[in-house]
Amino acid sequence: MARGPRRGPRAVLAYLIRRLFAAAVMLVVIITVVFSIFFIVPKWAGVDIALSFVGKQADPAAVEGVRQKLGLGDPVYVQVWHFFKGLFVGRTYTGGGDTINCSAPCFGYSFRSEQAIWPVLKDRFPVTLGLALGAALLWLIMGVSAGVLSALKRGSLWDRGAMVVALAGVSLPIYFTGMLSLAIFVYGPLKWFESDYAPFADDPAQWFSAMILPWVTLAFLYAAMYARITRATMMEILGEDYIRTARAKGLREGVVIRKHAMRSTMTPILTMLGMDLGALIGGAILTESTFNLPGLGREVLLAIRNQDLPVIVGVTLITSLAVLFANLVVDILYAVIDPRVRLA
Amino acid sequence: MSENPKDTAVTTADAADGDILLKVTGLQKHFPIKKGLLQRQVGAVHAVDGLDFEVRKGETLGVVGESGCGKSTMGRLITRLLEPTGGKVEFEGKDITHLGVAGMRPLRRDVQMIFQDPYSSLNPRHTIGTIVGAPFKLQGVTPEGGIKKEVQRLLSVVGLNPEHYNRYPHEFSGGQRQRIGIARALALSPKLVVADEPVSALDVSIQAQVVNLLDDLQQELGLTYVIIAHDLSVVRHVSDRIAVMYLGKIVELADRDLLYTSPMHPYTKALMSAVPIPDPARKSAKSERILLKGDVPSPISPPSGCRFHTRCWKATEICKTTEPPLLELRPGQRVACHHPENFEDQQPQDTVLLSDAKAAAELVADEVLAESAETSAAVAEAVGKGDGAASGATAKEPAGESAEESEPAEATAEESGAASDESGEPETQAEDTPKKK
Amino acid sequence: MTELSKSGAAVGEPTAASPAPTAFLEVRDLKVHFPTDDGLVKSVDGLSFQLEKGKTLGIVGESGSGKSVTSLGIMGLHTAGQYGKRKAQISGEIWLDGTELLSADPDHVRKLRGRQMAMIFQDPLSALHPYYTIGQQIVEAYRIHHDVDKKTARRRAVEMLDRVGIPQPDKRVDNYPHEFSGGMRQRAMIAMSLVNNPELLIADEPTTALDVTVQAQILDLIRDLQKEFGSAVIIITHDLGVVAELADDLLVMYGGRCVERGPADKVFYEPRHPYTWGLLGSMPRLDREQQERLIPVKGSPPSLINVPSGCAFNPRCPYADIPKDNVTRTVRPELAEVGSKHWAACHMTREQRERIWAEEIAPKL
Repeated sequence: MARGPRRGPRAVLAYLIRRLFAAAVMLVVIITVVFSIFFIVPKWAGVDIALSFVGKQADPAAVEGVRQKLGLGDPVYVQVWHFFKGLFVGRTYTGGGDTINCSAPCFGYSFRSEQAIWPVLKDRFPVTLGLALGAALLWLIMGVSAGVLSALKRGSLWDRGAMVVALAGVSLPIYFTGMLSLAIFVYGPLKWFESDYAPFADDPAQWFSAMILPWVTLAFLYAAMYARITRATMMEILGEDYIRTARAKGLREGVVIRKHAMRSTMTPILTMLGMDLGALIGGAILTESTFNLPGLGREVLLAIRNQDLPVIVGVTLITSLAVLFANLVVDILYAVIDPRVRLA
Repeated sequence: MSENPKDTAVTTADAADGDILLKVTGLQKHFPIKKGLLQRQVGAVHAVDGLDFEVRKGETLGVVGESGCGKSTMGRLITRLLEPTGGKVEFEGKDITHLGVAGMRPLRRDVQMIFQDPYSSLNPRHTIGTIVGAPFKLQGVTPEGGIKKEVQRLLSVVGLNPEHYNRYPHEFSGGQRQRIGIARALALSPKLVVADEPVSALDVSIQAQVVNLLDDLQQELGLTYVIIAHDLSVVRHVSDRIAVMYLGKIVELADRDLLYTSPMHPYTKALMSAVPIPDPARKSAKSERILLKGDVPSPISPPSGCRFHTRCWKATEICKTTEPPLLELRPGQRVACHHPENFEDQQPQDTVLLSDAKAAAELVADEVLAESAETSAAVAEAVGKGDGAASGATAKEPAGESAEESEPAEATAEESGAASDESGEPETQAEDTPKKK
Repeated sequence: MTELSKSGAAVGEPTAASPAPTAFLEVRDLKVHFPTDDGLVKSVDGLSFQLEKGKTLGIVGESGSGKSVTSLGIMGLHTAGQYGKRKAQISGEIWLDGTELLSADPDHVRKLRGRQMAMIFQDPLSALHPYYTIGQQIVEAYRIHHDVDKKTARRRAVEMLDRVGIPQPDKRVDNYPHEFSGGMRQRAMIAMSLVNNPELLIADEPTTALDVTVQAQILDLIRDLQKEFGSAVIIITHDLGVVAELADDLLVMYGGRCVERGPADKVFYEPRHPYTWGLLGSMPRLDREQQERLIPVKGSPPSLINVPSGCAFNPRCPYADIPKDNVTRTVRPELAEVGSKHWAACHMTREQRERIWAEEIAPKL
């Protein structure tokens, strides 16, 4: 009681600044760790990155040139530093004959395509983002409402039905539901949707049409999980003393649920949402492959197949950034919802 | 321990060292508060902040206080479940303050703990036999006749059916589970049993069963208890001596009867007056109750001087600046107060009440104040004659305050003559009488 | 007093459908049963009492005696939160100021909740919503029953906080519950329950979670507020000390039923049920000379699924064998008058009990 209560926007702002600072520190750590794993660990394992860059039959001079250009011979901290600098101010690869400019943010330079990575990723990113956000919106609506209804009609036919569907949703792999829906709605008896992706800016209608099935398929999986969590949380919250207090005030049951129970139920759901969204933005590999969407997931799959290390590093970093950002947003929402967090 | 106060000549100093089982000096426990990414320490919860007491063989020391006073932490410190930040804990003359796990192992046989919650302190997946027999296995001791036989004996000692050896905790009621906890604690025939709120989770009718059981066990096995509880009636019932804690300090440590008949620390007095008495006739006698104002301050930044000064109706300037030492004012009664109740004022020259104290006194019935003034005066008369310096000090009361403060003091002054000067402080409360009406 | 109904619960009132309650609150033969997997839990099994405005009734019992369920039943909250198929079953009559609540339209009862009857709960931290400020919660309670704008309601909230002794109420009104201390929270809870001037206030263990000095403050507050508002108060507790402070009448519950009921001083000074004796003997008392030993009740409280036949207290009663023919184990004793407005349900004759109390129990207390 004695801790001078800080409230309102100022408390949220202070909290926000603390969070931002923490996120920045986290970012530096992530970049260092990711870079180290991908560029330094292979060295310990005796794998020569320069060699894999040039190709197996390369002559020693070419390999040495690449090593020079990428700075692979430099001490580790110099390499990390260059990488950092590249991210923020861009960097120039020289040596080995030609000079390549990689402007900021420079995530590196693809071994295979011999291009800077960022422009490629920049193209891929909106696809994945659109997929993730659209699906998240869908699964939130479906999952949360199904979960709340189940909790309120515990043991009813609806509850059992919904939970069976939810179980199916969790257990069925995305390539199964994805292929099935493609077979029915795109190639099969009902030719409702487009199969080819088009950027939103080019053709909104086609974009939407091509995204509907991926959204629904992806959302089905997550909605199932969210429904179960919502149901369990809601049931727990409905047993709380403060819900009884709300009823004892004479509130209508509907208001009790909406105003008092829902707000508490949303807290764990938000936490999950932050993590799930972040992970999805890093690449919904299966969904993108199944529906042939040119997103980050597909790109990274390709890179893995080609052992294109810089691309993998780039996507990994973007994933980390996305998770970090999503968590930041969740933390802020959390602070808005739960006043106790602001003091923590 | 229940003798007449006058017989209780055995003071701490006199008590032979052999009689002392546990001795605690300057015991401290500060829990650091860490903040930020770097987990910088920005402060500390002063949970236990300098305790001095001893536990004598065969006695029961009761420890009372409100939540946050540090009594549970104290229990965990003397059983060394927690490591003290400062001070010293001696068990049978051996310093155990900073013993490690290995060093403590032999001592674990001698010191056992009983916990509050009989529901969560027993592993639900273990049978009663396993739970009660665990201490033998941990200590690598095989009792005569085998573990099973010994466990069954223990179960019957605490009043459980020995045939329930193979049952699980959930098959027992709350009271029975507490008995299981007690059986486990007794397994290795400990010398000291520390019980933290042993009955507060139990129903009234069951509480009495467990209290009686603890009583019987003490007599049969010659146990020494430290019983920590918030319920003053239970503590009075079980204890020989009682320590009253407030914000990490012992404010009063006294033989049971002395404490309950003539408490010296104002906090003790308030605490006891607050206990609701199951007697409807007392409803009208509400005036005896001392209502404390506000809440217990935060143990993160405890008040300066006497920690009770922010809520005390007797607090003066010295209470704010100087921490009163825990002194044995009367044989068998130690108290840390500048202006004790039922005794001669320790700082009679300091008569000006703090403004907080005046507000606090508003909540204290006039009868209580008057009575307190009288008893203090009487004690003062009996105890000390010729404290001339003190009387002199009281005589020159500050002009500003004295106008309203000194006038009703005459009543007591007349009865008790010169001695009343020593009790100048309590009288300053009595002065509030006319104002309030 | 001879017309005890078959179910035995009616206290001094004929049980025929007689909708002419004279008391402000009258509960007749209230039963609240909860179906569970293990069987029917008879939490309250035939309870009757009356309460007048301005008076306080103390309901005393141990955990599982049905005292809290009684209060939820009166508030119409016994089914609250039960979304499963198994709903609590409630029967009997609850008359509040001339309205029978169990047969009334649920929406009508809802409108009475919070306005005509309000409740204070045991643990104020969990009973207040952690995400809303104290002010928001009080404002909400007020605006459900009063058509006023937020500003007016907020003024009212501040006024109530001030009334219950919260310092700087205009600032503290914007605090969240976790920023209050335990005692302050219970004060805020009381402010919230009294914001609509209810005529009936039910306090369920209002001080159990609080420290003793804070308890004293809260009991004092409840007493003062009752004087001021003139409401009827039901205080539910396991602590005989707390009821002795507040209650005019006392109702002792055991195993879902009332075993003794009467004016507080009668029940304290001339208790006529062995369970009441047990409660009195179990508690160490500060106001008496040190007892050598407490007199506990043997055994544990009964399971409400399997309440012992006959007198529910018979397995724990030291006097169960006094009445002849094993009647304590076969026949459920009904409440019978043992003094003016004082009833107890025991098979022993009044003389036997008076003798046991005077000779065996009272001297030991």
